[in-house]
Amino acid sequence: MLLIPCPWCGPREEAEFHYGGQAHVAYPEDPAALSDEEWARYLFFRDNPKGVFAERWSHSAGCRRWFNALRDTATNQIHGVYRVGEPRPVAS
Amino acid sequence: MAERRSPAAAYAGRFEAASRGEALRLAELPFLTQIDVRVDPSSPAAGDIGDALGVPLPVEPGTAVRAGSGADEVTVAWLGPDEWLVVAPEGHRLELLRKGLGDRHGSIVDVSAQRTTLLVAGPRARDLLAHGCALDLHPSVFGPGACAQTTLARAQVVLIPREDGFLVLVRSSFAAYLAEWLLDAAAEYVA
Repeated sequence: MLLIPCPWCGPREEAEFHYGGQAHVAYPEDPAALSDEEWARYLFFRDNPKGVFAERWSHSAGCRRWFNALRDTATNQIHGVYRVGEPRPVAS
Repeated sequence: MAERRSPAAAYAGRFEAASRGEALRLAELPFLTQIDVRVDPSSPAAGDIGDALGVPLPVEPGTAVRAGSGADEVTVAWLGPDEWLVVAPEGHRLELLRKGLGDRHGSIVDVSAQRTTLLVAGPRARDLLAHGCALDLHPSVFGPGACAQTTLARAQVVLIPREDGFLVLVRSSFAAYLAEWLLDAAAEYVA
């Protein structure tokens, strides 16, 4: 079980959270102009790094706010959390 | 007036039996007025709503304030950066808050029927809740003035510690489940 530090509520157990996938995936500026392949790439293709990964989480059983977390996919260590709209911090 | 039945009414007798010893006191506090308030905390409307309540909306995460007494008593719990839950005795006047907000951006919704309130009190109340709650409930970090939305035995609850015990606000549809769970977990503390 991960202990995830919600930027509002503080450290809470993983079961209170909902995972939201990779963070900072920008919506295309002109979706209608994309080819099917580009659209599919936007919809379905995500980074899969071994190491620090910026991802979205929702504190669904608590304050119900979405936030971003930097999690190491190999060790599960969480290097930091930041609220929506805040810049991605540099992983330590 | 139509007949009303609170969600945990069927457990009144068993709650009373579990409260006979010194260790625990279990009860349902039915039909409390609950109001969900959403407003930008930095806006003038938030201040006016605070005036209508008689106490400012708490802006610190995980805190609750209690003000007034008797029929005017209110407890305002922080649910999110722009969301609060007002808990008050039955009959609390929602219109006063609506008037405080006026036609400005925000919302004030009566959610009294969404949850019922269970009181878990007594010297072993904290031990009982700790059976199914991962939070640190020690009074040094979670005493009166705090509040939390978390899970108790996997059911979503709002926990509000007060001088006279913990208020456990649970969805009406989970009330029977949580009442059964509390009574089962309480077995070792009941003489």
